[in-house]
Amino acid sequence: MMGLEDWTKVIVEVIATATSRLPDDVTAAIRAGRAQEAEGSLAAMALDAVLKNAELACSETAPMCQDTGVPIFWIHHPAGISTGMLNKACAEAIRRATAQKLLRENAVDTLSGRNTGTGYAPSIPSVHCEEWDRPEVKVELLLKGGGCENVSAQYSLPNTSLGADRNLEGARRVVLDAVYQAQGKGCGPGILGVCLGGDRGTGYLEAKYQLMRRLDDRNPVAELDAMEKRLVDESNQLGIGPMGFGGKTTVIGAKIGTLGRLPASYFVSIAYLCWAARRATALVGANGEVTWPS
Amino acid sequence: MAKLNLPCDEAAIRALRVGEEALLSGRMITGRDAAHHWLIGGFREEVAPYLAGSIIYHCGPVVRKNPDGSYTFLAAGPTTSAREEPYQADVIGRYKVRGVIGKGGMFAKTRQGLVDHGAVYLHAVGGTAQSLARAVVKVERVFQLEAFGVPEAMWVIEVKDFPTVVTMDAHGGSLHETIGDHSKAVLHKLLGGKSG
Repeated sequence: MMGLEDWTKVIVEVIATATSRLPDDVTAAIRAGRAQEAEGSLAAMALDAVLKNAELACSETAPMCQDTGVPIFWIHHPAGISTGMLNKACAEAIRRATAQKLLRENAVDTLSGRNTGTGYAPSIPSVHCEEWDRPEVKVELLLKGGGCENVSAQYSLPNTSLGADRNLEGARRVVLDAVYQAQGKGCGPGILGVCLGGDRGTGYLEAKYQLMRRLDDRNPVAELDAMEKRLVDESNQLGIGPMGFGGKTTVIGAKIGTLGRLPASYFVSIAYLCWAARRATALVGANGEVTWPS
Repeated sequence: MAKLNLPCDEAAIRALRVGEEALLSGRMITGRDAAHHWLIGGFREEVAPYLAGSIIYHCGPVVRKNPDGSYTFLAAGPTTSAREEPYQADVIGRYKVRGVIGKGGMFAKTRQGLVDHGAVYLHAVGGTAQSLARAVVKVERVFQLEAFGVPEAMWVIEVKDFPTVVTMDAHGGSLHETIGDHSKAVLHKLLGGKSG
């Protein structure tokens, strides 16, 4: 049976992986974008810089971006594991990873404006535990930078000025508006996590959870799968390009999930993720062995 | 590719144009949200000499303190500049700053400030914190570390061949406005004539 210290060590390892290793599907998508950009363009220069930086971060297990982001954990666990302990392990792992410079001192007390200096503050990290009926524990982590968090957006439909009704076409319209509004401020090429429905809180959380999907996966719902492709294609027509320098590579992925909603509400929540898509997943078996599904 | 040695004079800045890549060498200083608020709250004599003729880098680094008391930047990419928009032009004017490095660009007030004071907005590639930390060859000293914390403190650094792109120049040019206008027109078309 794994105790607090065992879990803390595993979670520090998850943090180290997320902060330093750009997932292979993201690297492949950036390379594909680079191949489309004109030689000598600012877009090509930016994507080359991004790919070189990813190599450096990986080879030294160092943070690829200095804004090591807001840490969000999703943990699926079998019955009988204390979620209180898992929460403590996540908090302690954040402190240790911060002391080890895998993370920046990235937590500020909002009222006093003081940096806590430890990386920890209430809700940093945020931890979401859910029981499942499998024997292993799945630990998923997203480190989401502040720049892309600031350009994330939530729309309440209908939206008259964008001609957005309460349907998938309405969602398409507001997502494209969000990409336009973000310009280069979210460190594109970006990845869009989208949630249709939910409330203002759950909508954003599901939108962020969509960002844990591999870019090359398929949405099991055919009409959402088609919309994901269409959003990438149309976002790239905007010509915003990497960093907002102009170019063909504005968005490298769109992932859409749905939640139930109240009759009165129709929210579309868009979690914009920077190219530095710091996600990591570990599976922890009952006797503590860790595997890393791609 | 332009080369800029810091500190520099106004003529060197006026020579830079939107779309040009510029490699920076010499001394500059980091400053972001807390720093800008502090800089306009009074005249900060102690940092003024480091600002005059130089560049403010919008950056909140990951920093290691070495056993001998010196510091090393471990990760140091740009942060979003838009948040400094209310203060930037005033800071540039008051402290005779020749420009800023950040990401995402800035808006009308800063743009006018760049024209009025002969300053420039330089864009670094966001998220490339490892490459850019390697261009920081020395951390000279730090201001407001205790008050602001590591990411928000003002770090005086020496850089060598620090890569940037001029996206707002001292003649009123702005790549961000050009891209913004173009993408707005495309959005309008994609939405069948309805947008914003």
